[in-house]
Amino acid sequence: MGHKKMHVALAGQPNSGKSTIFNMLTGGRQFVANYPGATVSIKTGAFSWQEKKISLTDLPGTYSLSSYSEEERITRDFIIDQSPSLVVNVMDASNLKRHLYLTFQLLELGAPLLIALNMVDVAEKRGLKVDADALSKNLHLPVITTVGSKGRGKNELKDGVIKAFDSNLDHEHLHIVDYGDLESYITDLSAKLLQSQIEESKVPLRWLSIKLFEEDEVAQKLVSSNFKNPEDVRNYVSKICSEFERKYDDTPRGFIAFRRHLAAQKIEKRCVVKTKEVSVTLTDRIDRLVCSRIWGPLILAGIIYLLYELSIVGGYELTNYMVPLLEGFRNAIEKFLPIGTFLREPLIRSLVLNVITSINSVLIYIPIFLILFALIAILEDVGYMPRMAFILDKLFRRFGLHGQSTLPLILGGVFVGGCAVPGVMATRVIGDEKARLATILIVPLMNCLAKVPLYTLLISIYFAKEKALAMFFISTITIILALSVAKILTLTLLKNRPSSPFVLEMPPYHIPTIRGVLMRSIERTWLFVRKVLTIIMIVAVAVFFLTNYPSVGEERINTYQKRAEQIKNVFTSKIQNTPFASQFKRDKDITRYLVIEERYKNQKRALFKASDERREKFEQRFAERYSDVYPLLNAKGKDGRALNKAFKVMKRERALLLMDLRDETLHGSFLGMAGKFLEPVTRFAGFNWKVNVALLSSLAAKESSVATLGVLYQQKEDGQTLAQRMKEQEKGFTPLHALALMIFMAMYPPCIATLIMVKIEAGGWKWAFIALGYPILLGMTLATLVYSGGTWLGLSGTQGMFVFYAIALVTAFLLGKVKGSVVETDIDEKTLKGKEVANL
Amino acid sequence: MGRAFVSGLGGMITLDEMKPGEHGVIHKNRARGVIGQRLMDLGFFPGVEVFVIRNAPLVDPVEIKVDGHHVTIRHDEARFVEVEK
Repeated sequence: MGHKKMHVALAGQPNSGKSTIFNMLTGGRQFVANYPGATVSIKTGAFSWQEKKISLTDLPGTYSLSSYSEEERITRDFIIDQSPSLVVNVMDASNLKRHLYLTFQLLELGAPLLIALNMVDVAEKRGLKVDADALSKNLHLPVITTVGSKGRGKNELKDGVIKAFDSNLDHEHLHIVDYGDLESYITDLSAKLLQSQIEESKVPLRWLSIKLFEEDEVAQKLVSSNFKNPEDVRNYVSKICSEFERKYDDTPRGFIAFRRHLAAQKIEKRCVVKTKEVSVTLTDRIDRLVCSRIWGPLILAGIIYLLYELSIVGGYELTNYMVPLLEGFRNAIEKFLPIGTFLREPLIRSLVLNVITSINSVLIYIPIFLILFALIAILEDVGYMPRMAFILDKLFRRFGLHGQSTLPLILGGVFVGGCAVPGVMATRVIGDEKARLATILIVPLMNCLAKVPLYTLLISIYFAKEKALAMFFISTITIILALSVAKILTLTLLKNRPSSPFVLEMPPYHIPTIRGVLMRSIERTWLFVRKVLTIIMIVAVAVFFLTNYPSVGEERINTYQKRAEQIKNVFTSKIQNTPFASQFKRDKDITRYLVIEERYKNQKRALFKASDERREKFEQRFAERYSDVYPLLNAKGKDGRALNKAFKVMKRERALLLMDLRDETLHGSFLGMAGKFLEPVTRFAGFNWKVNVALLSSLAAKESSVATLGVLYQQKEDGQTLAQRMKEQEKGFTPLHALALMIFMAMYPPCIATLIMVKIEAGGWKWAFIALGYPILLGMTLATLVYSGGTWLGLSGTQGMFVFYAIALVTAFLLGKVKGSVVETDIDEKTLKGKEVANL
Repeated sequence: MGRAFVSGLGGMITLDEMKPGEHGVIHKNRARGVIGQRLMDLGFFPGVEVFVIRNAPLVDPVEIKVDGHHVTIRHDEARFVEVEK
């Protein structure tokens, strides 16, 4: 017996404190995996106790074991298919009756059960004393009392697990719930099933009979595939059901649930003693404010503001500390890469540096994510989430969304400066499948941090006088457009997706544990990093080839080579009378010095905030490693000045030369060709091929839109900003062009990292492709409307802004009026009739 | 189950018609399918006492205290629940 590996599963209703029990048992070492083909993730962990190794699976929180939600199906299938050695049922002691509904269903499923009676402290505060022994006697199950958040009952629970395992619990013949008048039919049906089973059933037949009377879909399928004469069984069930309904004015399903309720009531009466009357709890008092008509929305706005302030603003401060770290990493790798020649870098060098830059551009968000995820964990643990949904559900429902869409949209950056990745990840809690998918698809339309640089660039050039107005426009137009898009999606593409009712528990407020919050924050950040890194690498490589190949022809290279020789010659002639001349004889020497000088500067910059001691150490090491050229770096005197001056000129000339070459390469590259190919279409939106290239290259990461424009509108004179360059070189570019471009950027398709999250959360690449495709079409259409329409009407940029805003508002308003689909329910005809009678 | 036909005689209204501050006893949950299941999951059974706590700032949904705990549902869903005042 002792050698058998133990698989223990944790089951319980939402808000039972299941995850705190999981953390208490495993100490937080865990592995999160998505259940195959599902968006529900399952945590597994392990612990050792009394020389036994026990693996622990945390099943999703469910109220029941029906077939209506993915969580319920997964929990049920897991218990049936994996047949765990023991199921620990975590119950909230302050709400025993309701949590017993699930316990009964687990028992009927034949799972060997142990009760962890959790949150006894909360129960006591509410004046409820739960008698664990009485509960154990009434349920015929072992019961251990715990307080997961404080780690109380840890060893007792572990002992209990081992003991329960050794005593080989078998609950199949334990009938706690008496189904009254239905009992005889259940016995009848079980006998029928026993006769017609092809092989011994994996599930208890009593359970299957009950489920069939509940008209459970999965149970019906089970009968069709594993039993002889499924037709007979089906006929019998429907006959009994309709007879029962006629006789009792209730479905067997409702009756079964009601009998469970009565049984739970009976047990509660026997096991729970009220020690004091608590009429108004602290939660009630807080809710009077938090959910009130005036304060509710104000407090919500305050929380959103704090969320932004702490994570985006505070996190952005922290990225300052990430930069030296990431640059240090880049510099460390750079040292090992071959140098190449004055004109051309070896492929391996540019490719590797390119990939690292792409990875760094994502990793830089880690501090923001850590803070953001910690804050979300706090809001979740406190119990604020359902309140948030309560306050805003009405508004969002008009557009096919759900009250729980609030947080994902906030994280995505409802106004300015969010990130779609945590936004999409946060959609997981939305219980309504249709609203969840719609939310996933519109979160990328929010204004993420990476869209902001392009906005500020364009606004500072073309809307310099109306900066605040333009900023207000762009930060509010996105949510208006997104709501319309959500409504259209739910009326078309998502029309046939199941919708669920809005029935949410508003649990009492809790004080979160630091440990739980930190763990969840780290867990989610790690999930992001792990998932995203590999794909980012692949995409960075792909973009590199698309922007560099086919490369510039041999003939052109020769021209560039000549220019390179000239630049070098100017340099060597300028320094020929200095003692350093001998060190710059060959191309290789010059190139090497260029690279080392760059390296020196980079590493010094990374140490900008370090102590004097560390900086000195760095100088020493650098001097040792490059003893031949180190003295040149800080050369003084007349000759030194000459060298520095000549070197500076050469460096700038070379940079311009390389930029020309890069520009020409981009022209002829696949991406450049695509940009030109698209110009006849994008012309109507006011985008020339250069803008197209910038937009195309942003597909990998939006941050690069400004960087690419920087390359395209290259620097001619020192110290000219990109804004000045763009203004100077694009004389034909009007504010209307800029407006169209900004609207296109607002609707820009999600970055690769977001697409991966869309795939995970929506459950398939299909959704990632939709999320990629529709914003392009939409953005293009809107930009064309703005540019072509605006030109036709002769509008200025600001006028265009007003007209577009008004049209968008009216559209959203009208779409909000369109009636969406209702949750499917075969409404009891009598309801309506009964109501008519009552009204007469 | 004998009180099934008391309906229509006055005191019976549906939960969505009740105002904040009012309370009553559930007579029947007429919703089927997933709505019926969710309502039962959270304790909407005949004989259980319900208090309407408050409407949301935009009127819908509504917060209800049922069997000692708080639940929020939309008026659309509340209309399936018959209550004796």
